[in-house]
Order: sequence, then C-alpha cells, then structure tokens
Amino acid sequence: MSTRPLWKATSLLAIVIALALVVMAVLVNTTALREYTWLRVLFGISALNFTLRATVPLVLGALSGILCERSGIVNIGIEGMMLAGAFGAFVAKVATNDWPLVASLLIGVLVALLVGALMGWLHALLSIRFRMDQIISGTVLIILATGFTSYLFNRDAVAQGKFSALRIPGLADIPVIGRILFDNPPITYLALLLVIAVHIALFYTRWGLRTRAVGEHPRAADTVGINVNRYRYINTIIGGMLAGLAGGFLVLEAVGQFQEGMTAGRGFIALAAMIFGNWNPFGALGASLLFGYTQALQNELLLAGVTTVPRQFVSMLPYVVTIVAVSGFVGRVRPPAAEGKVYETEGH
Amino acid sequence: MNFRFFRQLGQALLLPILALLTALVLGAIIMLLSGDNPVEAYQGLFSGALGSVRGWSSLIRRMTPLILSGLSVAVAFKSGLFNIGASGQFLMGTVAAVAVGISFEGLPAIIHLPLAILAGIAGGMIWGAIPGLLKVYTGAHEVIVTIMLNYIAANFAGWTVYAGGTQGQTPGPLWDPTARAVSETPDVLESARIPQLLAPPYNVHWGFLLALLVALLIWWLIYRTIIGFEIRTVGQNLKAARYAGMSVNWTIILTMMIAGGLAGLAGTIETLAVNYKFAPEFTGSVGFDGITVALLGQTHPLGVVLASFMFGTLDAGGARMQFESGVPADIIQVIQALVLAFVAAPILIRTIFRLRRGRGVGESAPSVSWGGLA
Repeated sequence: MSTRPLWKATSLLAIVIALALVVMAVLVNTTALREYTWLRVLFGISALNFTLRATVPLVLGALSGILCERSGIVNIGIEGMMLAGAFGAFVAKVATNDWPLVASLLIGVLVALLVGALMGWLHALLSIRFRMDQIISGTVLIILATGFTSYLFNRDAVAQGKFSALRIPGLADIPVIGRILFDNPPITYLALLLVIAVHIALFYTRWGLRTRAVGEHPRAADTVGINVNRYRYINTIIGGMLAGLAGGFLVLEAVGQFQEGMTAGRGFIALAAMIFGNWNPFGALGASLLFGYTQALQNELLLAGVTTVPRQFVSMLPYVVTIVAVSGFVGRVRPPAAEGKVYETEGH
Repeated sequence: MNFRFFRQLGQALLLPILALLTALVLGAIIMLLSGDNPVEAYQGLFSGALGSVRGWSSLIRRMTPLILSGLSVAVAFKSGLFNIGASGQFLMGTVAAVAVGISFEGLPAIIHLPLAILAGIAGGMIWGAIPGLLKVYTGAHEVIVTIMLNYIAANFAGWTVYAGGTQGQTPGPLWDPTARAVSETPDVLESARIPQLLAPPYNVHWGFLLALLVALLIWWLIYRTIIGFEIRTVGQNLKAARYAGMSVNWTIILTMMIAGGLAGLAGTIETLAVNYKFAPEFTGSVGFDGITVALLGQTHPLGVVLASFMFGTLDAGGARMQFESGVPADIIQVIQALVLAFVAAPILIRTIFRLRRGRGVGESAPSVSWGGLA
C-alpha cells in the first residue's frame, strides 16, 4: 500500500478528469471550436457550471461516507441525512424569513449541520450502542427522514432568497476558468475546501491516523489506548454534519425551496462516488465530478435538443455510469477492514 | 401439534408486536407534539381498515403486493443479501406483464393469463439476476447496484409509455396512442386479467390467494429443499458453504433471481388484477415497504404474511385517518420507520421492556455484509 494516498490511481483520476474538462472548456470557449454545437453542449461554460453545482452535494455526501466508513461505520443513510438536513435548513430559513438574508441563510446552514449531526448521532447510537446491522440502520435513517419530512412539511411555507454567487476578485476575471471556478455561491467553495481539509485531517493528523486505525484494526487501536467507539461516534456525527450540509446546499443554494424527496438518490450516488474514489477525499471528488458531469450532460442534451434519444435514456446515464463504476473498479478498491462490525472490548 | 409450537409462535410474535406497540405510542407522541389528536387518528386508522367490509377488502388488496415484496426481501436476507431493488424488479415485472397483457388478442384466458403472469415473473427475475451476477463476477455490492437499477427501471418503464417528445423523439412501445399526451398503456385485455374473488365494489381478487400460495411455496423452498438449505447456509456462513462444496456463486445468483421474480410477481398482480394498465405514477413505495415487512416478519414467510397484515392495516386505514382526523397520512410512514428501527434492533425493545435475553426477543435481526465475497 502506498503511503501517499494522494497519488493513488483514483485520486489521479480525479485530477485527470478535472483537468480534461477545464482544458476542453478553455479550448471550446476561446477558439473556433465554439462553432460545433456538440462541443458547445459537451464543454460549454453552462455545462461545466452545472457540473460543479451537481458535484457539490455528491462530494459532500461522499466525504460524509468517507469519515464514517474510515472509522468502521457503514453509512448507507447519507440520503436520509441529506434529506433531513435539507428540511432543517428549510424550516430555519422560513422561520427567519424577515431577518437580513445573510443571517437567515447562515442560520439555515447551522440548522442543516445540526440536524445532520443529530442523524449521525442516531446512526452511531443504533449501530454502536444498540448493535443494529449498520446497513439496516442506514435504511432506517432513510425511511425515517422520508416519513418525517413529508409529515412535517408545510406545503404553503415559502423560503425567501438563497445564496448568491460570491465573485472572488482577480481570480474571477481569468477567462473561462474564472467563470467556472471563482464565481460561485459560498457552499460550493466550502465543499471544495472541505475536500482538502478532510484529506489533510485523515492523512496528516493524529486524529486521522487514529480514525483509520479504528476502521482497519480496532483491536490494535484499543490496545494502544484509543477509545474505539468514541472515535466512531465522533466521525459518524461529523459525517452526518457533512451530509446535512449537502442537504442545506440543495435548499439554501441550489433550489431555494424544499421539496419532498428532493435528494432524489444523490445520497446513493455519493455512496458510489465514495467507493469509486477508494475512500479517499480526492478520489471521491473525481468520482463526484464524473457523476456530476453526467447529470449536467443530461440537462444540456435535453436543453440543446441535439439528440432524438428519448429523455428517459439520457436520465439513466448517471445510474448506469455508477453501476459500471462500482462493478468495474470495486475489484481495485478496498474498504476499511473492520467496517460494519460492532467492536466490543474484551472481557464482556 | 403440541404446546411447543404455540410457545415458539408466541415468542416469535413478541418482538414484532412490542415493536409495533412502541412505534404506535411514539407516533402518538409525535402527533401530540405537532398538534394533532392521536386518539382520533388511530380511531380513524383502525376503523378505516378493520371496521367495514370495504376496509377489509382494501386491506387485503394492499396486503398482496406487501406479501410478495416482503418475501422478495426476506429470501434475499436468507442468503445474506440485501435486496433494496424490489421496486425496480416490481416495475420490470409490471412492464413485462402489461406488454403481454395488451398483446395477443384472441388468445384464450387459460393461456393468456398464465403467459402474462410468467412474463411478469421473468421480468422481475432478469432484473434481480443483474445484481446477483455483478456481485459474483465483479464484486459490486448488491445494495448500490439494486438502488441504481431502481432508477434505471423507473426511467425504462417511463420510456415504454412515453408519449413522445416535441423534438422528434419516438413514443414508447407500450404507449396508448388514444391516450394522446397522457403516458399510459392501453388496458390489459380481458383474457389476461386476474378474476375477482368478490363483486366489484370490494375488488378482492384471486391474486391474494396466489400470494398466500407463493408464501407457502417459498416456505417449502427455504426450509424443506436442498436449494433452500444452500441458500440459508450461504447466508449464515459463506466459508462453510464453500467448504462443503456448495456453489456459492450460483446460490447467490439464484437467490437474487427468486427475489426478483417475487417482486416482479407483485407488480404483475397489481397490474393484472387492480390497475389493468401501467402508468409511471403507479409505482408507490413497494421497495422500502418490502424491507420493513421482511424484517418485521423476521424473514420467515409466515411472519411476512402477518407483517403484511399489520402494514396493510396501517396503509389501508391511512386515507380514512386523514379524512376523519385531518392528520396527514404521512405519519404512517414515520410509524413504519419506527417499527423497522425497533425490529432491526431487538436490543432496543429489550431495553425498553426489560426483557431477558433468549425469550424470543433475541438477536434475530439479519445482518448483511458490505465487503464482497472474499
């Protein structure tokens, strides 16, 4: 095993995908290649902007999965955490509609984080304390979130306003790249920064080393005095917060409102991105970009009307890519060894 | 027949019943907190489902797909597989059954109906076989694959009845042109419809008895045949199964095919006995319901039937509850999730009711593994 996870194949893939997209975007948008409708559809600025927007919830969900699973807790409930976070953000936003917009949005983000943390705590509680099978516990989270949010959702409530783009002076003026990367709303920047933060935290801090030890060989970690279950609780709760933030992004930045079942399978695609990315933050970013790009493509192809393929087949694209990714790459990825197993100290 | 059977039955029922009661109490607390009246709600719920012939018939109608999708998930659990794909398999079964059901005009019912049912089962089986094959040959986890296949199936089924697009997209093959812009199939021919058991206002159909028969068949398959023994062995100890010379790969594929076929049959019966056609909005929540019913029934076919009865009651009474008490029927979903939580973590119920270990409220929840077949 390489000790430099950044350079693992999947992480490289992330960089390659991102670079290829950016290079193509620059070429298509600044040269005569602009004349080809197909290229404009595939690599136009709007396609890439859409890609980034679609990537944010996926990469946040994948980071959530990485944190949980690196510590040995399978998190299939990302979808539920996301939905709950979205709902929390919406309720907070509606309740503070007459506050100044920024304050109200920030409250929304905070509540999304809080609700996500609560869901993470519940997942940890069920799977650690009550020894529920972790995959089933995740399923419980999903059903619970779906039921609660539809029961409590008041269809007349309207949230006013959402995050608007924050231009980064200087960088945003770079042609093409500036408009794609440096002219985005805040949670998008935050998500990209979090990829770096989680990477550093996991691989270059004591906390990260311990988290990985707990996920790979809990007995050994316990022997050297690490509190296995405490690490699992903390990781799952932080993971829940990230998934909640993904939900907050959907309400506060992407859509502006809450809709029943608005996560629409993003939590599951995030899960696939996590696996595809080999449980590495940068790998997950690459996979999320790939999935985000297929979603953007679906949108762009339909808008441009360049194809007569029925829209249902275009809509299948992200899911087919996920299956291909999971079955094509899973042989080469390796989940944390102690994942999904309850840890009990000896002598009980 | 002696008392032991009844004692065992009582012990097996203890956990699900306690789980249901606890969930109902918690549901009442949630209703109180959000300003609804739980007494009125539950009155409406139970009188709606159990208080009239009409209620009972709608309960029985609701039970039929629940039994079959519950069996689908339960069979998969028996060999350690988690089938979240029941809704996709249900849809593929529906599409296949409706495709046969609207064609072959003039075929006698005695041939047409079985043909349509078999087509539906086959549709579900094929969709179930895919995750099995992928798991065996590539190591892709069935949870992710089945979830993705659900979305693909939803899109595929939607396409078959697609009314066509404005940019020259051709309509789907099963679309009914007389429906104009509406996406739906023509009605299934009379000769492919499952006959009614009770006269029209009640709409109880033979499919219910078929589902009960299938439950019996699955019980026999799982507990009385070599195939069932292999399925259970693979679920309990993969290495032992392999060491004993069983073909683990084939068992996994076969299990997923049976699971898919059952979910496909659920869709088939809904189409040939209730809806008589397919439109994308007929999907419902069969997938997750199947999981809950399977767990509530402790993955035993008889348990699945009883759990379907409990769940069918909640579902059938939900509409009446909303009508009479104004409590949104969505609370049913919350209660169902709570039931699932309590059943899946027996230790929770043990803690609440201070039960001793081994009194039927044991560690009986199935567990599934994440990491491949290695």
